[in-house]
Amino acid sequence: MRRTISTPGQTQALNEVALSGQERREQWTLLGLSTPAILVIAIVVLVPVGWLFYLSFVGSDGQFSLEHYKKMVEYKSYARVFMTTFQVSLLTTLICIVLGYPLAYFLAHLPGRWTGLFMLAVLLPFWTSLLVRTYAWLVLLQRKGLLNDLAMQIGLWDSPIKLVHNMTGTLIGMAHIMLPFLVLPLYGAMKKIEPDMMHAASNLGASPVRSFWNVYFPLSVSGLVAGALIVFVLCLGFYVTPAVLGGGRVVMVATQITAILEYQFDWGAASALGVVLLVATIGVLYLAGRFFKFDSALFGKG
Amino acid sequence: MSWWTQPATQTQITHGDRFWLYVTAAIIMLLLVIPTFIVVPMSFSDSQYLAFPPETWSVRWYEEYFESRKWMRATVTSVQIGVLTMLVATPLGTMAAYALFVSGHRAARAIFMLLITPMIVPVILIAIGAFYAFGRIGLNNSITGLVLAHTAMAAPLVMILITAALRSYDLNQERVARSLGASRVKAFFLVTLPQIKFSVVTAALLSFLTSFDEVIISIFISGGSNATLTKHMFAALRDFIDPTIAAISTIMVAVSTVLLLTTQFIGGKKP
Repeated sequence: MRRTISTPGQTQALNEVALSGQERREQWTLLGLSTPAILVIAIVVLVPVGWLFYLSFVGSDGQFSLEHYKKMVEYKSYARVFMTTFQVSLLTTLICIVLGYPLAYFLAHLPGRWTGLFMLAVLLPFWTSLLVRTYAWLVLLQRKGLLNDLAMQIGLWDSPIKLVHNMTGTLIGMAHIMLPFLVLPLYGAMKKIEPDMMHAASNLGASPVRSFWNVYFPLSVSGLVAGALIVFVLCLGFYVTPAVLGGGRVVMVATQITAILEYQFDWGAASALGVVLLVATIGVLYLAGRFFKFDSALFGKG
Repeated sequence: MSWWTQPATQTQITHGDRFWLYVTAAIIMLLLVIPTFIVVPMSFSDSQYLAFPPETWSVRWYEEYFESRKWMRATVTSVQIGVLTMLVATPLGTMAAYALFVSGHRAARAIFMLLITPMIVPVILIAIGAFYAFGRIGLNNSITGLVLAHTAMAAPLVMILITAALRSYDLNQERVARSLGASRVKAFFLVTLPQIKFSVVTAALLSFLTSFDEVIISIFISGGSNATLTKHMFAALRDFIDPTIAAISTIMVAVSTVLLLTTQFIGGKKP
């Protein structure tokens, strides 16, 4: 009988098999650590949203039907809601870009010891309840509020004007709440721009304005787009601020969903509207993801 | 050479040349900060109509708040749910983030994306979905249901913070500990955790705040004796301007300011 003596090569091969088996087992054990989180998110988000998706295709007779989606195309009231939602989201995003770009630029070019202090101007509102901030705007913008008082004192207008419970109030409140979501990723992108780039540009004879537009701005665009995208997508499904500052005159998709549930108790119609909102959100993110590469910028809000 | 004529950037632009930028940034920062803090002076006004600046000062709205059983009950509920959410979401998110980061498995990225879906799905959809599903299993108006829902909202934030911390940490240190005989669990608690503890604390505070400030899900799935502070506040805002809200808002602003400054402070001490 021949004794099995493994050559060094065979031992190595055997070891490799054993090791790779062990590695695979360990990988699975590690993945197992994420199951509690998966379970919670499945119970709260995945299963219920899947359920709503199913409900949106069930007609009033309990059979499969597209009636809820047909209504959205046929009824004028739905078209108005979609228009308002799109309009508010787009305008809020534009306001945030106009205000957020100079602010992020200012913050990104501060000497290190000042950054922490001035960053608080962005972080404090970001960490404060949006309900509190919405309430503050409600009081500031009312007929006898601070803003009307101030404007009349310096002679901007003579009698109090209506600033709240309409589109104006909604946009002011939304922009205030969304601004940090634009500034933080944009700031992160600007911080990554090598200062030597600007040095080189000016060394090669570009004027400050030209080196900004030809060198700095293109490098900051990915951060700007990431921030604008977060703002736009958050606006699409926003509920609290339009409901309070819009005073029933600014009906967005989220407001409409609650109204349907509150007054008609129609789960199919509410779900269908929710599905459209979700599809629009994913669509915007997907399209943007195809044109820009930014997974770090998108999640760089910590 | 004065500050005004000193170059501010590599392109030799002077501070004076771009003074407009400083003014613009200052105005925008004021616009961000003032509405956040305006509730503080307003809450000490004696008037029903929240005139600003207040003509006479008083603490009557605080008295009203502390003497109201409804508001006290809601405050206790909100704090309770916030603390429980923090205690559940922080370990859950940290565990998942660590596991997905070190495993290197093909599925890790997909699972990560799955776990951050609560940040992508519009909150209103999560709210009505949870309301519908929880209604079936009797979780509406319960502490358990609220903690579960808020944990789902907070866990992705924890995961993102912890993943970022792990990225800037050298995992070889853990490998060294393990090659010296420490088990993976021991290596994690003795070597890795101490180095990411600031991020863990930040994540915990953010989880508390996510729950404490959450409005939409609470409007739908909280109620009865377990209604949250934000649910009552939202109802009060839609009906009329009740100055008691200013007092409550001031307390909420104080809570978030203290939590934020805590994270900045411990973050600043980071080696």
